[in-house]
Amino acid sequence: MKSKIAAMSKTSRDNFKTYAMVLIVYVVVMIFQAAGLVSSQMSGLLVPLCVYATMAVSLNLVVGILGELSLGHAGFMCVGAFAGAFFSKITENSMGTFPRFFLAIVIGGLVAGIFGFLIGIPVLRLNGDYLAIVTLAFGEIIKNIMNVLYVGQDASGLHFSMTSATDLNMDGATGNLIINGPQGITGTPFDSTFTAGIIILMISLIVVLNLMNSRDGRAIMSIRDNHIAAESVGINITKYKMTAFTISAVIAGCAGSLYAHNLASLIATPARFGYNMSIMFLVFVVLGGIGSMRGSIIAATILTLLPEILRFMAGYRMLIYSIVLIVIMIVNWNPKSRAWLAEHNLSRFLFKKHHEKKEVK
Amino acid sequence: MALLEISNLQISFGGLRAVDDFNLNIEKGELYGLIGPNGAGKTTVFNLLTGEYKPDEGIVKLDGRDITGKSTIEINKAGIARTFQNIRLFKQLSVIDNVKVGLHNQYQYSTATSILRLPKYFAVEKEMNDKAMALLKVFDLDQEAEYLSANLPYGKQRKLEIARALATNPKLLLLDEPAAGMNPNETEELMKTIKVLQKDFQMTILLIEHDMKLVSGICERLTVLNFGRILTQGDTKTVLKNPEVIKAYLGE
Ligand SMILES: Nc1ncnc2c1ncn2[C@@H]1O[C@H](COP(=O)(O)OP(=O)(O)O)[C@@H](O)[C@H]1O
Ligand SMILES: [Mg+2]
Repeated sequence: MKSKIAAMSKTSRDNFKTYAMVLIVYVVVMIFQAAGLVSSQMSGLLVPLCVYATMAVSLNLVVGILGELSLGHAGFMCVGAFAGAFFSKITENSMGTFPRFFLAIVIGGLVAGIFGFLIGIPVLRLNGDYLAIVTLAFGEIIKNIMNVLYVGQDASGLHFSMTSATDLNMDGATGNLIINGPQGITGTPFDSTFTAGIIILMISLIVVLNLMNSRDGRAIMSIRDNHIAAESVGINITKYKMTAFTISAVIAGCAGSLYAHNLASLIATPARFGYNMSIMFLVFVVLGGIGSMRGSIIAATILTLLPEILRFMAGYRMLIYSIVLIVIMIVNWNPKSRAWLAEHNLSRFLFKKHHEKKEVK
Repeated sequence: MALLEISNLQISFGGLRAVDDFNLNIEKGELYGLIGPNGAGKTTVFNLLTGEYKPDEGIVKLDGRDITGKSTIEINKAGIARTFQNIRLFKQLSVIDNVKVGLHNQYQYSTATSILRLPKYFAVEKEMNDKAMALLKVFDLDQEAEYLSANLPYGKQRKLEIARALATNPKLLLLDEPAAGMNPNETEELMKTIKVLQKDFQMTILLIEHDMKLVSGICERLTVLNFGRILTQGDTKTVLKNPEVIKAYLGE
């Protein structure tokens, strides 16, 4: 086993470490949970943690690998959440838990992917920060639409309305309100587990890391580094921007569907799917190191658990949270601290290999 | 039939005629020089040939095929590759990955193949690696294959740009000031490498250069550009003796 690891390329070894990190954390948490050492508040955070880490990986694909900015990633999560929950609601009595949940995740991803694709078609043809502006608007619009959308099901099929539940004109006897405007979706089956979350996070990681280290991934990163040069060697810029952005949206949609199956009531509130949430994902990406998937996951984990760990400090909680944010920022990006970490052989724990500067002669 | 046929090429920026009535024929296998003072319009000619700019007038034919006004990607696929006066490497990619981006259109496997790591992925990647290493070897860059391209010294960055352009398997290679910023030893080495490209790779090369030693040493024919217009063209010795050229360009 050891010699096998040594024979791998530097990149594969680095990816392997990232997978190992996620799996070790999973095993440790499961052991602690079995031993009754995890508080119920902590337990409640495990699924959201996987959701946020997956969102960070998804956004890092856009920001770190493609080099574009998305300020509405919570919007894709929102679309995926509602699509997945909706599917689970209408099939609740006709399908077994596992196939239903599996399909709900896939559908969440597909629907978000379609939105990503449709947004990408006009916007990704342009060079400039247009994607940031359009995704920002998308996130806000989706959230508002979900607050006025009513969908019901009765014997004659599905009914839609943008005004009120009574406008659905459903058959009173068989009518079943599924999406209830500002009250959203209630009673989605609680299918999400920590294990399911880790599986989705792992699959997202494998997809993104394998993509990065491939023909398509190199094309995507060449666009990020120099789009004029990329075009000069025949790289189809729009095609590869679309590929990266659509895959990112699919992953965000899967994360959203996972999230929805962990909520008693799914409501498109600003706290869950608004601009602040999109910015929080961006904070994970920036703090963890742009382009570093492992860093994104670590940052998402620390920043999700921190408020809970600091709960006993009551009023000072957010103060400490901000200080930790600033400290991570300084440690991660300050050239001097990076040099210090490199000198003490610590940088490999924090940064991916590409960031290490190597002198040639 | 010449490999590259340019007739009456013209472009203006605002009121400025950056390139005017530009004509040039380059034969297959030729090493051709484009010279002229700064701002003469040399890089603009390259940008017109590669589709970066669309000409106001004129026709460009490669191997008899009209490529005027085509997109940069189509032109690269048709067989023109270039380097840039201001180095444009993929800075955060390794040296070998820069070349592998150049190989992109000659090797195929799907996105799903890469994500699922199907056998085809490993087979094609191995072929790409071998091909890229062979190219790096020509430029004496094989030792630095895994380095971050941004960390290469200047002279090697210029060479890597040529290797990347060559990776697209072009018929015509355009080099924009390949020796700029190189010391005399590096320039000497570059001259040898360019000769190798011409002899062993049967490459046709059009190059812009200020280093007169390089130009007179390797170019067979020259075109001199001044204020967007052709001052003179012909075989290197004759052109460099032309009093007008000496006055406009060499004599300061
Ligand atoms: N995109 C552009 N917009 C406006 N002016 C341009 C543009 N590209 C080139 N020029 C002008 O065309 C002239 C020729 O430039 P260039 O081809 O770069 O000269 P050089 O011979 O030094 O390579 C210069 O005056 C330059 O400012
Ligand atoms: Mg120039």
